[in-house]
Amino acid sequence: MKASRVASARSWLRTSNVPSDEYLEGIYYVQGRDFVDAGIVSSEIKKNLKEKGIPESIIRKVAVVTFEAEVNIISYAEQGTIQYYVEPGSITIEAKDIGIGIEDIELAQQEGYSTADDSIREMGFGAGMGLANIRKYSDEFEITSVPKEGTYLRSTIYVNGK
Amino acid sequence: MTLREIKELLDAEIVVGEDKLDLEIKTAFGADLMSDVLAFARSGCLLITGLSNPQAVRTAYALDIAGIVVCRGKALTDKFIDIAKELGIPILWTQFIMFEACGRLYREGITGCIREVLVEDKQRAQ
Repeated sequence: MKASRVASARSWLRTSNVPSDEYLEGIYYVQGRDFVDAGIVSSEIKKNLKEKGIPESIIRKVAVVTFEAEVNIISYAEQGTIQYYVEPGSITIEAKDIGIGIEDIELAQQEGYSTADDSIREMGFGAGMGLANIRKYSDEFEITSVPKEGTYLRSTIYVNGK
Repeated sequence: MTLREIKELLDAEIVVGEDKLDLEIKTAFGADLMSDVLAFARSGCLLITGLSNPQAVRTAYALDIAGIVVCRGKALTDKFIDIAKELGIPILWTQFIMFEACGRLYREGITGCIREVLVEDKQRAQ
Protein backbone atom coordinates (compact mmCIF):
# COMPACT_ATOMS: atom_id res chain seq x y z
CA MET A 1 0.00 0.00 0.00
CA LYS A 2 1.10 3.50 -0.78
CA ALA A 3 0.67 4.92 2.73
CA SER A 4 2.60 2.16 4.45
CA ARG A 5 5.39 2.42 1.91
CA VAL A 6 5.76 6.11 2.70
CA ALA A 7 5.68 5.35 6.41
CA SER A 8 8.44 2.78 6.07
CA ALA A 9 10.54 5.20 4.03
CA ARG A 10 9.98 7.78 6.74
CA SER A 11 11.11 5.41 9.46
CA TRP A 12 14.33 4.99 7.56
CA LEU A 13 14.85 8.69 7.37
CA ARG A 14 17.35 9.54 9.99
CA THR A 15 20.08 11.95 10.75
CA SER A 16 23.23 11.44 12.72
CA ASN A 17 24.42 14.85 13.67
CA VAL A 18 27.72 15.01 15.46
CA PRO A 19 27.29 17.67 18.14
CA SER A 20 30.32 19.68 17.23
CA ASP A 21 30.71 23.09 15.66
CA GLU A 22 33.80 21.87 13.84
CA TYR A 23 32.30 18.86 12.14
CA LEU A 24 28.75 18.11 11.10
CA GLU A 25 27.42 15.25 9.05
CA GLY A 26 24.26 13.39 8.27
CA ILE A 27 23.06 10.40 6.29
CA TYR A 28 19.60 9.85 4.85
CA TYR A 29 18.00 6.84 3.26
CA VAL A 30 16.09 7.48 0.01
CA GLN A 31 13.49 5.00 -1.25
CA GLY A 32 13.20 4.63 -5.02
CA ARG A 33 9.83 5.61 -6.56
CA ASP A 34 8.75 7.38 -3.37
CA PHE A 35 7.51 10.39 -5.30
CA VAL A 36 5.33 11.76 -2.51
CA ASP A 37 8.27 12.58 -0.25
CA ALA A 38 10.71 13.75 -2.92
CA GLY A 39 12.60 16.73 -1.57
CA ILE A 40 12.22 15.86 2.10
CA VAL A 41 15.92 15.05 2.49
CA SER A 42 16.89 18.37 0.93
CA SER A 43 14.55 20.20 3.32
CA GLU A 44 15.90 18.31 6.35
CA ILE A 45 19.53 18.97 5.45
CA LYS A 46 18.74 22.63 4.92
CA LYS A 47 17.10 22.85 8.36
CA ASN A 48 20.17 21.27 9.96
CA LEU A 49 22.60 23.60 8.22
CA LYS A 50 20.52 26.69 9.09
CA GLU A 51 20.77 25.80 12.77
CA LYS A 52 24.55 25.79 12.45
CA GLY A 53 24.72 29.32 11.10
CA ILE A 54 26.24 28.43 7.74
CA PRO A 55 25.86 31.30 5.20
CA GLU A 56 22.48 31.23 3.44
CA SER A 57 23.95 31.39 -0.06
CA ILE A 58 25.97 28.23 0.66
CA ILE A 59 22.96 26.45 2.16
CA ARG A 60 20.94 27.23 -0.97
CA LYS A 61 23.55 25.54 -3.14
CA VAL A 62 23.57 22.48 -0.87
CA ALA A 63 19.76 22.40 -0.91
CA VAL A 64 19.63 22.46 -4.72
CA VAL A 65 22.31 19.78 -5.10
CA THR A 66 20.66 17.46 -2.55
CA PHE A 67 17.20 18.07 -4.05
CA GLU A 68 18.28 17.09 -7.56
CA ALA A 69 20.30 14.12 -6.28
CA GLU A 70 17.31 12.96 -4.26
CA VAL A 71 14.97 13.25 -7.25
CA ASN A 72 17.45 11.22 -9.30
CA ILE A 73 17.54 8.39 -6.76
CA ILE A 74 13.74 8.35 -6.42
CA SER A 75 13.32 8.44 -10.20
CA TYR A 76 15.91 5.93 -11.33
CA ALA A 77 17.10 3.78 -8.44
CA GLU A 78 15.71 1.14 -6.13
CA GLN A 79 17.21 2.79 -3.09
CA GLY A 80 20.07 5.01 -2.10
CA THR A 81 21.61 7.28 0.47
CA ILE A 82 22.46 10.95 0.62
CA GLN A 83 25.25 11.96 2.94
CA TYR A 84 26.74 15.32 3.73
CA TYR A 85 29.84 16.43 5.56
CA VAL A 86 30.59 19.93 6.72
CA GLU A 87 34.29 20.59 6.97
CA PRO A 88 36.22 23.79 7.49
CA GLY A 89 35.96 25.58 4.15
CA SER A 90 33.63 23.20 2.34
CA ILE A 91 30.52 21.05 2.37
CA THR A 92 30.53 17.73 0.52
CA ILE A 93 27.44 15.82 -0.59
CA GLU A 94 27.61 12.17 -1.59
CA ALA A 95 24.69 10.40 -3.26
CA LYS A 96 24.94 6.64 -3.76
CA ASP A 97 22.31 4.34 -5.16
CA ILE A 98 21.54 0.82 -6.23
CA GLY A 99 19.65 0.97 -9.49
CA ILE A 100 19.76 0.98 -13.27
CA GLY A 101 22.80 3.25 -13.38
CA ILE A 102 23.72 5.47 -16.31
CA GLU A 103 24.83 4.06 -19.66
CA ASP A 104 26.36 7.23 -21.07
CA ILE A 105 27.37 9.69 -18.36
CA GLU A 106 28.38 12.44 -20.75
CA LEU A 107 25.04 12.30 -22.52
CA ALA A 108 23.20 12.25 -19.17
CA GLN A 109 24.86 15.53 -18.17
CA GLN A 110 23.69 17.32 -21.30
CA GLU A 111 20.92 19.79 -20.62
CA GLY A 112 17.65 18.49 -21.98
CA TYR A 113 18.63 14.83 -22.20
CA SER A 114 16.20 12.77 -20.17
CA THR A 115 14.85 9.25 -19.80
CA ALA A 116 12.12 10.36 -17.37
CA ASP A 117 8.63 8.90 -17.31
CA ASP A 118 5.34 10.67 -16.54
CA SER A 119 5.50 10.10 -12.79
CA ILE A 120 8.76 12.06 -12.69
CA ARG A 121 7.41 14.87 -14.85
CA GLU A 122 4.32 15.19 -12.66
CA MET A 123 6.67 16.09 -9.79
CA GLY A 124 8.02 19.00 -11.82
CA PHE A 125 11.24 17.24 -12.77
CA GLY A 126 12.46 15.01 -15.60
CA ALA A 127 13.38 17.66 -18.15
CA GLY A 128 17.03 16.68 -18.25
CA MET A 129 18.27 19.49 -16.02
CA GLY A 130 19.21 17.58 -12.89
CA LEU A 131 22.86 16.72 -13.40
CA ALA A 132 23.49 20.04 -15.18
CA ASN A 133 22.04 21.83 -12.14
CA ILE A 134 24.15 19.84 -9.68
CA ARG A 135 27.22 20.62 -11.72
CA LYS A 136 26.34 24.30 -11.89
CA TYR A 137 26.05 24.66 -8.13
CA SER A 138 29.17 22.59 -7.34
CA ASP A 139 32.76 23.72 -7.00
CA GLU A 140 33.91 20.12 -7.39
CA PHE A 141 31.79 17.49 -9.08
CA GLU A 142 32.30 13.81 -9.75
CA ILE A 143 29.96 11.13 -11.05
CA THR A 144 30.56 7.48 -11.77
CA SER A 145 28.10 4.77 -12.65
CA VAL A 146 27.95 1.10 -13.45
CA PRO A 147 24.94 0.24 -15.64
CA LYS A 148 22.46 -2.10 -13.89
CA GLU A 149 24.31 -1.62 -10.59
CA GLY A 150 24.15 1.98 -9.48
CA THR A 151 25.51 5.48 -9.43
CA TYR A 152 27.85 7.46 -7.20
CA LEU A 153 27.81 11.24 -7.18
CA ARG A 154 29.94 13.64 -5.17
CA SER A 155 29.57 17.39 -5.04
CA THR A 156 31.72 19.78 -3.01
CA ILE A 157 30.74 23.37 -2.35
CA TYR A 158 33.33 25.82 -1.03
CA VAL A 159 32.10 27.85 1.90
CA ASN A 160 34.11 30.94 1.03
CA GLY A 161 33.10 30.69 -2.65
CA LYS A 162 35.55 30.55 -5.49
CA MET B 1 4.74 45.53 -3.37
CA THR B 2 3.46 43.63 -0.35
CA LEU B 3 2.03 40.13 -0.44
CA ARG B 4 -1.28 41.74 0.60
CA GLU B 5 -1.26 43.95 -2.51
CA ILE B 6 -0.37 40.95 -4.67
CA LYS B 7 -3.28 39.04 -3.16
CA GLU B 8 -5.66 41.87 -4.14
CA LEU B 9 -4.15 42.25 -7.60
CA LEU B 10 -4.51 38.56 -8.38
CA ASP B 11 -7.90 38.23 -6.69
CA ALA B 12 -6.21 35.46 -4.74
CA GLU B 13 -6.88 33.58 -1.54
CA ILE B 14 -4.18 33.42 1.08
CA VAL B 15 -4.02 29.71 1.90
CA VAL B 16 -0.91 29.75 4.09
CA GLY B 17 0.86 32.74 5.64
CA GLU B 18 -1.84 35.18 6.87
CA ASP B 19 0.85 36.53 9.18
CA LYS B 20 3.20 37.31 6.29
CA LEU B 21 0.96 39.61 4.24
CA ASP B 22 3.23 42.58 4.91
CA LEU B 23 6.18 40.83 3.27
CA GLU B 24 7.75 43.03 0.60
CA ILE B 25 8.16 41.45 -2.85
CA LYS B 26 10.21 43.00 -5.65
CA THR B 27 10.90 40.17 -8.09
CA ALA B 28 9.29 36.99 -9.40
CA PHE B 29 9.90 33.82 -11.38
CA GLY B 30 7.27 31.81 -13.24
CA ALA B 31 7.61 28.12 -14.19
CA ASP B 32 6.04 24.71 -13.76
CA LEU B 33 9.35 22.91 -14.12
CA MET B 34 11.04 22.78 -10.71
CA SER B 35 14.46 22.01 -12.18
CA ASP B 36 14.29 25.37 -13.96
CA VAL B 37 13.25 27.07 -10.75
CA LEU B 38 16.22 25.45 -8.99
CA ALA B 39 18.49 26.56 -11.82
CA PHE B 40 17.39 30.16 -12.30
CA ALA B 41 15.19 31.53 -9.51
CA ARG B 42 16.73 33.78 -6.87
CA SER B 43 16.19 34.00 -3.15
CA GLY B 44 13.51 36.44 -2.04
CA CYS B 45 11.51 36.24 -5.28
CA LEU B 46 7.88 35.19 -5.67
CA LEU B 47 7.27 31.90 -7.49
CA ILE B 48 4.29 31.74 -9.84
CA THR B 49 3.54 28.15 -10.76
CA GLY B 50 0.81 25.76 -11.78
CA LEU B 51 2.49 22.92 -9.92
CA SER B 52 0.66 22.40 -6.63
CA ASN B 53 2.52 19.45 -5.17
CA PRO B 54 4.92 19.13 -2.21
CA GLN B 55 7.92 19.46 -4.53
CA ALA B 56 6.95 23.04 -5.41
CA VAL B 57 7.02 23.97 -1.72
CA ARG B 58 10.28 22.13 -1.08
CA THR B 59 11.83 23.84 -4.11
CA ALA B 60 10.77 27.22 -2.74
CA TYR B 61 12.24 26.31 0.63
CA ALA B 62 15.52 25.17 -0.93
CA LEU B 63 16.02 28.60 -2.53
CA ASP B 64 14.55 30.85 0.20
CA ILE B 65 11.79 31.92 -2.17
CA ALA B 66 9.48 34.43 -0.45
CA GLY B 67 6.19 32.85 -1.43
CA ILE B 68 4.25 30.85 -4.02
CA VAL B 69 1.33 31.91 -6.19
CA VAL B 70 -0.49 28.82 -7.41
CA CYS B 71 -2.17 29.84 -10.66
CA ARG B 72 -4.88 28.31 -12.86
CA GLY B 73 -6.86 27.43 -9.73
CA LYS B 74 -4.96 24.17 -9.39
CA ALA B 75 -6.33 21.89 -6.68
CA LEU B 76 -4.40 22.04 -3.41
CA THR B 77 -3.93 18.90 -1.34
CA ASP B 78 -3.77 18.83 2.46
CA LYS B 79 -0.22 17.54 2.12
CA PHE B 80 0.81 20.57 0.05
CA ILE B 81 -0.71 22.96 2.60
CA ASP B 82 0.79 21.10 5.59
CA ILE B 83 4.30 21.22 4.11
CA ALA B 84 3.95 24.92 3.27
CA LYS B 85 2.95 25.58 6.89
CA GLU B 86 5.81 23.44 8.20
CA LEU B 87 8.39 25.19 6.03
CA GLY B 88 6.89 28.66 6.46
CA ILE B 89 6.18 29.34 2.77
CA PRO B 90 3.20 31.67 2.12
CA ILE B 91 0.76 30.34 -0.49
CA LEU B 92 -1.56 32.46 -2.62
CA TRP B 93 -4.15 30.73 -4.79
CA THR B 94 -5.59 32.36 -7.90
CA GLN B 95 -7.80 31.35 -10.81
CA PHE B 96 -5.74 33.47 -13.21
CA ILE B 97 -3.60 31.69 -15.75
CA MET B 98 0.16 32.17 -15.42
CA PHE B 99 0.37 34.72 -18.23
CA GLU B 100 -2.35 36.88 -16.72
CA ALA B 101 -0.89 36.65 -13.19
CA CYS B 102 2.60 37.55 -14.42
CA GLY B 103 1.27 40.40 -16.58
CA ARG B 104 -0.66 41.97 -13.72
CA LEU B 105 2.39 41.81 -11.43
CA TYR B 106 4.75 43.17 -14.06
CA ARG B 107 2.43 46.07 -14.85
CA GLU B 108 2.58 47.06 -11.19
CA GLY B 109 6.36 47.00 -11.04
CA ILE B 110 7.36 43.44 -10.13
CA THR B 111 10.29 42.41 -12.34
CA GLY B 112 11.81 39.06 -13.20
CA CYS B 113 14.32 37.82 -10.61
CA ILE B 114 16.66 37.52 -13.59
CA ARG B 115 15.82 39.17 -16.87
CA GLU B 116 17.24 36.56 -19.19
CA VAL B 117 19.36 33.48 -18.91
CA LEU B 118 22.96 34.43 -19.51
CA VAL B 119 25.85 32.15 -20.25
CA GLU B 120 27.14 32.67 -16.72
CA ASP B 121 23.76 31.62 -15.30
CA LYS B 122 24.11 28.32 -17.05
CA GLN B 123 27.66 27.78 -15.97
CA ARG B 124 27.76 29.05 -12.48
CA ALA B 125 25.27 29.67 -9.71
CA GLN B 126 25.39 32.91 -7.78
